[in-house]
Amino acid sequence: MTATLVELLAEAKRTGDYQALLAAVPYSKFLGLSAALDADGLVTTMTYGDHLIGNPTLPALHGGTLGALLESAAIFELMWRAETIVLPKTITVTFDYLRSARPADVHARATITRQGRRVCNVRAVAWQADPAAPVATAHAIFLVKQDP
Amino acid sequence: MPDDKRSAQFPRGFAEAVPHNRALGLTVVAMARGSATFQLPYDAKLVGNPDTGVLHGGAITALLDATSGAAVFSSLVTWVPIATLDLRIDYLRPAEPPRAVLAHATCYKMTKNVAFTRAVAYHDDPADPIASSVGTFMISTRPGPSPKGTDR
Repeated sequence: MTATLVELLAEAKRTGDYQALLAAVPYSKFLGLSAALDADGLVTTMTYGDHLIGNPTLPALHGGTLGALLESAAIFELMWRAETIVLPKTITVTFDYLRSARPADVHARATITRQGRRVCNVRAVAWQADPAAPVATAHAIFLVKQDP
Repeated sequence: MPDDKRSAQFPRGFAEAVPHNRALGLTVVAMARGSATFQLPYDAKLVGNPDTGVLHGGAITALLDATSGAAVFSSLVTWVPIATLDLRIDYLRPAEPPRAVLAHATCYKMTKNVAFTRAVAYHDDPADPIASSVGTFMISTRPGPSPKGTDR
């Protein structure tokens, strides 16, 4: 029997290695997501692949892939920071698309702006070569209450 | 039924040729002037929670973005590039594995610069949605670099 997501999350929090957790989520593999800790916290990276293209003419990445990266970065940040082991449920998320994203890796970092008992507010930003020139941002609200 | 042959036929092949739409398996179910219906088939590679088999929210995001963009395209009289400005998605309930997810989007307002969209994602009844979204799109984005080089 393979480990459940919650077990993998507990292991990731213990070791600081998120690759096993990411590998267990098919959609994260499909997008090419990886996560790593740096001095400022968790950075989620979407490694470039041709299947991420939304506009072949420019070319530019699909807005949906940037949204998925930002939402994933927000969820990873919550799972990493939260004291209890819960899988956050997205209630609502708003994406702002700021620049067209070139066919290259995209990085994302999230910040918890409010952590409540039932809901958490999170902001996330995605960039490519220059963190000062974000390609997209998001703010999201998650339900974090554990089911009784 | 489509009431404009050009607006109805142009985006179908266009949408299905987009590499990421192909990777998701998106298909165009219906197109009419100012609206679009796309289908996202259930696929194990798009699962967000392997314990439950529920599709990842990101796949729903891509579906709603693509369908909303197509609704804008179908409202255009002449073809110009568009770009998503913002997209808000409310997740109302989990998608049920292994059912396909449909999205129906309408472009309910078009101005010279900006188009406004609404969309719902659902299994078989738009009145029982999985997610709903509102979006804004910039009309007639210029191809190539802007004066600053990076702005879309």
